[in-house]
Parts: sequence; C-alpha cells; structure tokens
Amino acid sequence: MVSMTYRDALRRAIDEAMAEDDDIVVIGEEVGRYGGAYGVTKDLIKTYGPERMIDTPISEPGIVGVAVGAAMTGLRPIAELMYIDFLGMSMDQLANQAAKIRYMFGGQIGVPMVLRTQGGTGRSAGAQHSQSLEGWIMHTPGLRLAMPATVADAYHLLRHSLTLPDPVVFIEHKALYAQKEEVDLDAPALPWGKAAIRRRGDDLVIVTYSRQLRFAMEAAGQLAERGVEATVIDLRTLNPLDFDTIRMEVERIGKAMVVCEGVLTAGVAAELASRITEECFDFLEQPVARVAGEDVPIAVSPALEAASVPGVDLIRDVGERLVRW
Amino acid sequence: MSLKHTADSGATTPMGGSGQAPKDHNSALPDLYRTMRRIRSFEERVGELFVRGESAGSMLHLSIGEEAAAAGICAVMKLQDTFTTHHRGHGIFLARGAEPRRMMAEIAGKMDGYCHGKGGSMHIADMQLGHLGANAIVGGGIPAVVGAGLSAKRKKRDSVSVAFFGDGAMQQGILYESMNMAALWDLPVVFVCINNQYGMGTRIDQATRATNLHERALAFGLNGHSVDGLDVEEVRNRARSIVDEARGGRPGFLAVSCYRFYGHARMDKSPYRSEEEEIEGRKKDPVKFARDRLISEKLAGENALGTLDGEIGKEMDDAIDFAVSAQAPSLGSMFRDVYAEGEPEPEPLKIRLDRVLARN
Ligand SMILES: Cc1ncc(C[n+]2csc(CCOP(=O)(O)OP(=O)(O)O)c2C)c(N)n1
Ligand SMILES: [Mg+2]
Repeated sequence: MVSMTYRDALRRAIDEAMAEDDDIVVIGEEVGRYGGAYGVTKDLIKTYGPERMIDTPISEPGIVGVAVGAAMTGLRPIAELMYIDFLGMSMDQLANQAAKIRYMFGGQIGVPMVLRTQGGTGRSAGAQHSQSLEGWIMHTPGLRLAMPATVADAYHLLRHSLTLPDPVVFIEHKALYAQKEEVDLDAPALPWGKAAIRRRGDDLVIVTYSRQLRFAMEAAGQLAERGVEATVIDLRTLNPLDFDTIRMEVERIGKAMVVCEGVLTAGVAAELASRITEECFDFLEQPVARVAGEDVPIAVSPALEAASVPGVDLIRDVGERLVRW
Repeated sequence: MSLKHTADSGATTPMGGSGQAPKDHNSALPDLYRTMRRIRSFEERVGELFVRGESAGSMLHLSIGEEAAAAGICAVMKLQDTFTTHHRGHGIFLARGAEPRRMMAEIAGKMDGYCHGKGGSMHIADMQLGHLGANAIVGGGIPAVVGAGLSAKRKKRDSVSVAFFGDGAMQQGILYESMNMAALWDLPVVFVCINNQYGMGTRIDQATRATNLHERALAFGLNGHSVDGLDVEEVRNRARSIVDEARGGRPGFLAVSCYRFYGHARMDKSPYRSEEEEIEGRKKDPVKFARDRLISEKLAGENALGTLDGEIGKEMDDAIDFAVSAQAPSLGSMFRDVYAEGEPEPEPLKIRLDRVLARN
C-alpha cells in the first residue's frame, strides 16, 4: 500500500502506458513544458520529450480533430481538453467525427483515442469552467465514458481506456486531484464496465459516480447513525453502463436514488431514474429520486456554487425521506 | 496509344493493409484525361441514379467542372498517401483508385458499398485506398490530415496527407487551427481548396473580402499557391511541387479555381445566379480543354477518344446496374459497428420494450 493522490495515479497511468506503448502520444494545451493545467502530466516531457508530449496552440477543435486523424493512422493519442467546458468548441470533432467514424465507414476502422478532461464544481471557477457535461457524452452513441471517483480507479480506468478500440472520454473531477488514498495499484481491479458497490445496506440504493461518490459515502455514514443502511453504487463508467448491478440492488431493496452533479433536466440522473423505473418497476416501493445539479449555470460565489449541486446534507435528507416515506 | 492505367507498384497500402492498393497514377495528359472523363461520366450517372429514384436521398453533390482538381492533384500523390474530402468528393475518390461499382452502391445505400450502406455519398471512406473519409460537416475532415501527418512523421512513413475541401471551408476556424499546427510541426500535409465559386448559393465574394485564398496559408507559414483549374496539366505541375515539398516536411496549400456547373445538390436549381453566368462558367470545362489539347497535339485521335469515352460510359452504366441490383443492408446491421467487434451491441428498442412490458 502506498499513499497517492488522484493526480499522481493519473500521471502514473499515463507514464506506464507510454513506457509500454510507443504509439501513445499526449496532445493538448500546456501538457508538456507546463506539465498540465492541473499538473497531471508534470515532468512527463522529461521522459518522453516534446515529440510525444505535444504542446498545441489554443485550438480545441484542432486538438480533438488531430487526435482523430492520428488514431485512424496508427497512433493512440491522449488528447487533453483543459476544461470539459471547452467541449462546446470541440463537439463537432468528438460527436460528429470520433464517435461516428466506425459506424459511418461500415466498421472499417475505429478511433482508439482517449480524450482526457476534467469537470465539476469546487473551485469557484465560474459558469464556463465548472460544468458537468457527461450527459452530452452519454447521449452520443460511439463514445465510451469513464468517470473515476477513487484514486485506484483514476489509475485503473485510465490504463484500461488506453487499451480500448473505441474513443473514450475520460472525465476527471477537478476537486479530486489532491484527494489522497492508500492504494495498492498492483491488486486486481474490477473489470472495465463493472460498477463498484462501495458500501452495502438493506434500506436504500444510492447510485452515483465521480465526486458525488464521496458525498454519498459521507451521507450514508450519517444515515447509518440514524439507523438507515444504504447500498452505494459507484458506476465508474457511464458507457458501458453496468445496469445489472443497479438492477440487482434495486430489486433487492426497492428504494433508490441517483446522485449526479450535472444539471437535472434531461441529464444522467434522468436517464438512470427512468431506466430503473422501466426495468425494476415491480420492485420499487417509492419513486426513484433524482438528486442532481440545479437547472442553473454555476455561479462564481462559493455559496451559490455549493448550493447548486448536491451535497452530503441533501443526499442524507432525501435518503431518509425515501426510507421513512 | 494506350490510355490504360499502367503502373501498379507492389507498395503497401496506407494502413499497411493487404487489400487492393490504389493505382499509382500515370500523370501524363492521356491518363489525366481518362481520369477526368471517368469522373464526369460517373457524376452524370449519379445524377441519373437520383432521377431514377435509386439513390439514397438527394444530398448528392456533383463535382462536374472540378475534375482537374481531383485528377491533377491525385496524380502526384503516392500509394501510401492518405486524404480526406468534403461532401463533393466523388471525383477525388475515383481519381485515387476507387471502384465505381462500390462507390455507386454506397451512394445507393447498399450493402456492397464501401461502407455497407451506412456512409453514403457524404461519408464514403476506404482505408485501403487511404481515404480517411468524406465529410458532411463543412471543414470537418480537415484536422484529421494533421493527425495523419503526425502519425506519418512519428512512424517514419513516407506518406503525405491531403485535405480536400471547398471554398466554404475557407471561412471555418478549424482550417486555421489545422494549418497553424501543420506549419508549426513541419508536417507532411497539404490543404487543397477546390474553389468552385459557391458555397450553396453564396458566391465567394459574398463570403469574404479576402478572395486571394492562398495568401491566408502564406500568413501561417505554409507553401501556399493558387492555380486555375481549367488546365489539368497546370494543376498537376503546381500540385507536384507542393506535394513533393510536403513530403519533405514543408506543408502546403493549393487553391484550385473552377466553376460548379450545376446546382449545389440535386434539388438545387441555382436561382441565385443567372443563366448567362452559368453559360460563361461552363465554358471553363477542364474535360473538354484536355480533350481538345490531346487532339491538337496529336496525342490522341478523335476516334480513339470516342472509343475511350464509350468504354467509360459502359463502365459507369455497369456501376449503376450493380448499385441498383445490390442488396439493402439487413436491418440487424443497424446495431453493428457502433463499437468495436466483439463489444455488446446496443439493445434494440423493440426488444427492450417487449421485456419491460412483459413483466406480468
Ligand atoms: C458546418 C456546416 N455548416 C453548414 C453546412 C451546410 N452546407 C453544406 S454544403 C455547404 C456549402 C459548402 O460550400 P463549399 O465548402 O464551397 O463546398 P461546395 O459545396 O461548393 O463543394 C453548406 C453551407 C454543413 N454541412 N456543415
Ligand atoms: Mg464551393
């Protein structure tokens, strides 16, 4: 066991993958000399040089588009978008090109690239630097989507992403980079596409991912003090989505809530809740509760920012009401 | 005289695949004429396919009038080179060695097409021929050649990647990001703008004040030129130095000026331009120009050319027949190739609904 941050786990995954696979190149703004806006790729340029740690101009559509072409011609690029909010600029290259190339071209070729980016609130970064846009990705067939919540998953999911034949969007949470955990990265990990049950209880299922897992776990601890035992599912990847694990737990327990940081309407929580309702209807004792971001842009005020996304208190209170209905 | 394709070296295909390799094009005028004639005839048959109601939709963009750009530039590309095209890319793909039958079948949305009927005219691609894809997003295919150039450089493949696009894409930001990176990194990349004077109904001078298009490339440090697209030999000569220099790590840009003979797509009757203008524009016919020169320079006789034109016509008629009689893709193929082979396919809606509604 070693003590390691989420940032270092990501860095280690990139480092090891690049050492093993000569075709991996990192393409993005400030990834080389600067070491990454959040320090994830720090010093990798010393090992791999500017040829593989490719600093680009400020050209987000270009970064993603170049990675698409490189992936089609034999490289395995890790493209980096400094903030997921810049997806607005790159969305054509991601959603119209990367996601559809295999299908449009009748299966001739895939686009084995990983788009690393980070999102979420927690730094008063304002409306254009704090969003949770995973719903945009999940809404696009052809894209895999990983959202690690733990240090070990930051490592394992990124390593795994770098072996896949299809494009992966890998969304880190900006408030998790400094999170430190004791990990043994050599211990076997759950397979790609499998959700983790982070806590087991018999009264309530909480389905979540990324930073909201931390809030959900804390809320579950508080619920336990009040005699409510929650199962907490960490999805780890949203595409593939491990619905079997959700189903098993919901059918066993009958009460469920989904917790996401992205905005409520037409978002990931909406998809999960409707899916649970459709698939597990006979087992549900209560409506599935969606706990998600408010339908507002993220304000820079720390007070407004924190209030606009779910937190421990809200998750705990909703959980308690669901159980004591 | 022989107007047949001659050379076909045993070089590997762009992706190192084992399929049919593109022909190495002989770039002498008789061959350039043959390529252009095949494009013209093919495009005419695409129009026919549409009129007969056998095409997949009407979003079919003919490159009639633009043949010299496709033939002249493709003639100086090599087997291992890659390219992307815009939505008006039939001619370019043909000039790179595509089979008319499989192209026509794709345009008809059939299983035997290059993309099994999933791509169509605007998304046709073939990795064996280095075609990284046509695109229905104006400018959408441009950055991929920068990525391909990066791959070529890193893997020391002696391969140039060429982006073909229209004048409309000159006003898209992605082009400037791409040219900037290609120049910054000294990549074997060429940007080719086929300036047919129009983006749908918008004439180039209604879209920009800066109509000397190559000047923009110069501003980014590229080897930028413009050439008139009437004389295919002139295009070929210009393209040769640009592509050769790109192979050596100096990215280039070439604007080829021509006239879009017909409407934007099949439904467009061009009400935004006058008949006089069209008559004048169609005088700039690269196929006729090359044919006249073959005769005047005694490179070919009227009879031989007539025979050739007839043969090509038959080849393209055969492509139509092939496309019309080809099978539609099976409905089950809808769920294939969203992800890599072996990955679970998306669950069909009907199966899911049956499962959900059968709970009692
Ligand atoms: C991003 C984008 N915007 C608009 C369109 C609609 N559109 C299709 S073709 C076209 C004109 C393109 O003109 P040009 O690039 O000159 O190519 P041409 O059709 O003349 O070959 C437009 C506006 C599109 N397909 N993609
Ligand atoms: Mg045009």
